[in-house]
Amino acid sequence: MTPYSRGLRGLTTATAATLAAGLALVFFYAPLDADQGFIQKIFYVHVPLAIVSLCGFVLGGLFAAGHLRTRDPKWDMRSYVAIHMSLIFAVGGLITGSIWARASWGHWWEWSDPTLVSYLIVFLLFATYQPLRFSIEDPERQARYASVFAVVGAAFVPMNFIAVRLSQGFVHPRVLTLSGGRLPGAMQLTFAVSLIAIALLFTTLWKYELTAKSTRMQVRRLRRVALGDDAVRPLGRSAAPS
Amino acid sequence: MTVWATAPALPLHSAGKYVAAAYIVFVVLILVYVAIMAIRLRRTEQDLAELQAEVAARGPDPGAEENHDEVASGRLARARPVATPDAERGRA
Repeated sequence: MTPYSRGLRGLTTATAATLAAGLALVFFYAPLDADQGFIQKIFYVHVPLAIVSLCGFVLGGLFAAGHLRTRDPKWDMRSYVAIHMSLIFAVGGLITGSIWARASWGHWWEWSDPTLVSYLIVFLLFATYQPLRFSIEDPERQARYASVFAVVGAAFVPMNFIAVRLSQGFVHPRVLTLSGGRLPGAMQLTFAVSLIAIALLFTTLWKYELTAKSTRMQVRRLRRVALGDDAVRPLGRSAAPS
Repeated sequence: MTVWATAPALPLHSAGKYVAAAYIVFVVLILVYVAIMAIRLRRTEQDLAELQAEVAARGPDPGAEENHDEVASGRLARARPVATPDAERGRA
């Protein structure tokens, strides 16, 4: 039992239930969009994936700040897993966005749209996080440098978001605004459930990943304590915190 | 029942393949991730089984017994700090 596995069963159930409810609402409750028709259903998976991945990058930065402040390796592990999960979700966001662009605009990618390009830049920035870790052999330095990178990257996310919002020449639709947005009630409800479902999925997978890493470390510790240092196979070079 | 009755029919014309593709990408991503997690879990289970077998094979060595008791009670893990990450990687 690791601290990360606490409440995991309930969280998994809630995630599965919310995902199922979200999908049911998307396909059987939310009305068809007057402008885009059935294609707009991609909105309910693409936008939550994009939002949750960006929040995950920021979360990774916050955990990294915790590591820099306390030097406790658990914060580095949390930051690493949050960024790792966010990258996976961002891949999903990029692919689903590309499919939507093809169906809606006729192109797989639109370089003139700041929203798309800025999201790609954030993704590519964080895609260098793991190679950066891998390039540093000393685990303590690896954790420290990666934390600095994560904090700077996380600060870049809201700055990027604000810059895109202020830009004028976009072709990306603006349906989510601080003043309530331009979605009808049924669509808002469906979107909210989808967003919660994806956020829960992120949290569940994040906890599973941490539990798995923590369990492997505990097995190694037990092996060392029970059988001695010689019984423990040396770890290979890795980007993951050890 | 009323929700199902009023639900719009799924217009699976040309747009359907794009929507299906987007949701399939999402499901495949999750499935691939879960598959990787399952492989890792199996590896951890194997490590644990090996560890149990090796500890059992050492027999009732008094030192080991003492160690075992301490490990079971968690005393040894707390008293003996686990090696640094450098040592973990065999680079110390």
